[in-house]
Amino acid sequence: MGVEGVGARVARKEDRRFLTGKGRYTDDMVVPGMKYGYFVRSPHAHAKIKSIDNSTAKTMPGVIDVLDGKQLLADGIGNLICGWMIHSKDGSPMKMGAWRPLAVETVRYVGDAVAIVVADSLGEARDAAEAVVVDYEELPTVIEAVDALKPGAPQIHPEAANNLIFDWEIGDAAAADQAIAEAAHVTEVDIVNNRLSPNAMEPRATLGIYDAGEDHFTCYTTSQNPHLARLVMSAFYNVAPENKLRVIAPDVGGGFGSKIYIYPEEVICLWASKKTGVPVKWTADRTEAFLTDAHGRDHVSKVKMAFDKDHRIIGLKVDTIANLGAYMSLFSSCVPTYLYATLLSGQYDIPAIHANVRTVYTNTAPVDAYRGAGRPEATYLLERTMETAARELGVSPAELRRKNFIRVFPHQTPVILNYDAGDYEASLDAAMQAADWNGFAARKAEAERRGMKRGIGMSCYIEACGLAPSQAVGSLGAGVGLWESAEVRVNAVGTVEVLTGSHSHGQGHETTFAQLVAGRLGVPIDSISIVHGDTDKVQMGMGTYGSRSGAVGMSAVAKALDKVEAKAKKIAAHLMEADESDIVIENGELKVAGTDKTLPWFQVALAAYTAHNLPAGMEPGLKETAFYDPSNFTFPAGCYICEVEVDPETGTTEIIQFVAADDFGNIINPMIVEGQVHGGIAQGIGQALLEGVHYDENGQLLTASYMDYAMPRAADLPSFKISHQNTPCPSNPLGIKGCGEAGAIGSPPALMNAITDAIGNNMLTMPATPQKVWMAAQATH
Amino acid sequence: MAKVKLTVNGRAVSGDCEERMLLVHFIREKLGLTGTHVGCDTTQCGTCVVDMDGKSVKSCTILAVQASGSSVTTIEGLAANGELHPVQAAFKEHHGLQCGFCTPGMVMTAVDMITRHGGQLDEQTVRRELEGNICRCTGYHNIVKAVLSANAEMHGGAKQAAE
Repeated sequence: MGVEGVGARVARKEDRRFLTGKGRYTDDMVVPGMKYGYFVRSPHAHAKIKSIDNSTAKTMPGVIDVLDGKQLLADGIGNLICGWMIHSKDGSPMKMGAWRPLAVETVRYVGDAVAIVVADSLGEARDAAEAVVVDYEELPTVIEAVDALKPGAPQIHPEAANNLIFDWEIGDAAAADQAIAEAAHVTEVDIVNNRLSPNAMEPRATLGIYDAGEDHFTCYTTSQNPHLARLVMSAFYNVAPENKLRVIAPDVGGGFGSKIYIYPEEVICLWASKKTGVPVKWTADRTEAFLTDAHGRDHVSKVKMAFDKDHRIIGLKVDTIANLGAYMSLFSSCVPTYLYATLLSGQYDIPAIHANVRTVYTNTAPVDAYRGAGRPEATYLLERTMETAARELGVSPAELRRKNFIRVFPHQTPVILNYDAGDYEASLDAAMQAADWNGFAARKAEAERRGMKRGIGMSCYIEACGLAPSQAVGSLGAGVGLWESAEVRVNAVGTVEVLTGSHSHGQGHETTFAQLVAGRLGVPIDSISIVHGDTDKVQMGMGTYGSRSGAVGMSAVAKALDKVEAKAKKIAAHLMEADESDIVIENGELKVAGTDKTLPWFQVALAAYTAHNLPAGMEPGLKETAFYDPSNFTFPAGCYICEVEVDPETGTTEIIQFVAADDFGNIINPMIVEGQVHGGIAQGIGQALLEGVHYDENGQLLTASYMDYAMPRAADLPSFKISHQNTPCPSNPLGIKGCGEAGAIGSPPALMNAITDAIGNNMLTMPATPQKVWMAAQATH
Repeated sequence: MAKVKLTVNGRAVSGDCEERMLLVHFIREKLGLTGTHVGCDTTQCGTCVVDMDGKSVKSCTILAVQASGSSVTTIEGLAANGELHPVQAAFKEHHGLQCGFCTPGMVMTAVDMITRHGGQLDEQTVRRELEGNICRCTGYHNIVKAVLSANAEMHGGAKQAAE
């Protein structure tokens, strides 16, 4: 049984159903009487709605009803919200423009929902949607963040003058300015972090079911946090009171952040089900996903990094403009602030940091957290700047980093975070050794003889995961606490059910959570069930994002296990007439230490439920609940090194090798951790080489399908060389830091640094397409 | 409305559908076999791959009426007598899946690839031939390992070939 516990490479319990086609995703759900919803969406990026005529559509075959925003408004359904309050540096609150689930007066991006058709079949719903006539008066548009702030730019929300949502700062401006004034060298860089589409393979979908007999709603939805969806839809959108709304996120086909938020379609399908009296299912097609799933990144920044004569960083100043799109999505405001600027110290001891962040509205899809959420933006900025500085200073990029590493922990940065533990040099050394850094010069010379340009690049990242103490995030503006809940139910026959508020959408919780329990109780992994994703089963939870399921969710399970074990020991001590302190749990048995007295788990569990012979005053049963609120963020870190060959004739980049050396603290299942890193690296390489969301100047999305948006495919990627150097996290009982986002954070700068090293031109933006690389390489000569 | 008759996973089935209904929707909605997925609308992603008369096809690009009379195998028809197909087993052993949404299409493509190449598969070929299937979770690293391992298993080669 020991082989199934923490640290073991256990094959996943959930795989069998996925591999045999028995997974149950939202679009697979069929309920009696179910009909299909299809949204009428704005073809314009910015327009006034003068009128909506659905009279023809309503008479078409199969159509049950056509509903628009005015009916929604009349029924008192609330506007969508952003759940994290940020104040500008002048003390004023952020300017939240109204986001109606169905647009009423104005549409603000292409894809903004205007009406929903409910019909017998998807085809009939789509036909009728074509027949809904919306009379639009087009308005001028603005797409790029920097343009949105220019005088005379089109105004998107009346609440936000000059489209400015907030003008926020962190750190000490005077100290940073002084460092720059006194510096021996200042590196200045302009950084663009390109806009991405998360592209979970399963498109978003929602099935809204209203039961008139019970006056009760059920919502099957593709969500990373069903409890938060229920809370927000109850407390803010007036869909239904919390006790009359059940949200189920069944198997979810990937999220990467895009399925954290509560979207208009979830609200509309529930409301439409009540209006029409039939269950309403909507499933996005891929173009709808490109248009309406929250996008990621989209920052432009100016950076100044100051060095003393010994190449130590003495100050950093950052000015960032972040594009939040047409509306403020649920977590959008915390991404370019507390998830980004607080990481601007990176792995380096920087005495003075100041960051100014302005966020703006544009006529584009809402932008929110995408794998890494703010931390990739911070790491990209820092690590491209470090690379540039190393070249300007004429020193090795590895040695410049090494010289500036934080070495003493805990370390208080000038931008709030307090790093608890780490060993950055260990990761750097491991990565350099795995990449044969010292042998690069010979490989470069060999490539040159073949007419190829070879380059090597590194990045040293840090992230803040396991979000985080509720009181702390509350003081920073978060609308919710970021704890997690767990309930451990030992059944009378000794099988175990674990109920968790974490949600698995590919991370393998059914295996890793079970490994934790198997290791603790010594029961077989197959006798443990992990229950998640259903608000009727699990009372409350905060879902999965920000690599929080291990550090926070599993810590809650560990706390519940503490209580279960304590009670089981009391029962065992009573039954074996021993002292409670002498009972130990080993290999599925409760033993009296130093004797041959022993009871198997199931007998203790059975005794708890038969209750014929329990200690005096003890309640029957063996079931315990715990809420775990972490004392700090966790701080995974690592070093990534990428080696590339660029063909100077075509600008094509080939990745020769990719090395990742990560510090994730304690690891539950190395196989699953490695898989998470692989996936993250692939998304990071995608950002650096291929991916980018592009709108034209009128706000038409040019990358609205897989024919236009370059997704990484198998032949675009190498196999990865990865390793771990793990310093346990001191701030949670399991020592876990989290691994889900690291790959996406560490890889883009490593790859871009490698390409710029190859071509000898630092002025290159992501994605480094062959055309851009070729042009940059030409400019070098 | 059109009448469609075909053999799916060895069983004769029939059903009425709109002429415009795609094979994938017929399989999912009329037959309730929801292992075959829809991940895009441009035949790029490969989550809908099934075997039709011995050829691997994207079922989102074929009308149900076109498939009438053919024999189709979906992911549900791959495991026999409760035993995973060697490709399914290899995906599990090598952690070639995470969210599982692209997995049925990946597995069907892999089976076809291994069958066609008669044992002669290397990493480069596998990567090139996975072009029609997108995975957002695994970075393909473990999928490639799984396909090579299954190839070795099915053609009697050494398992180490995958490592």
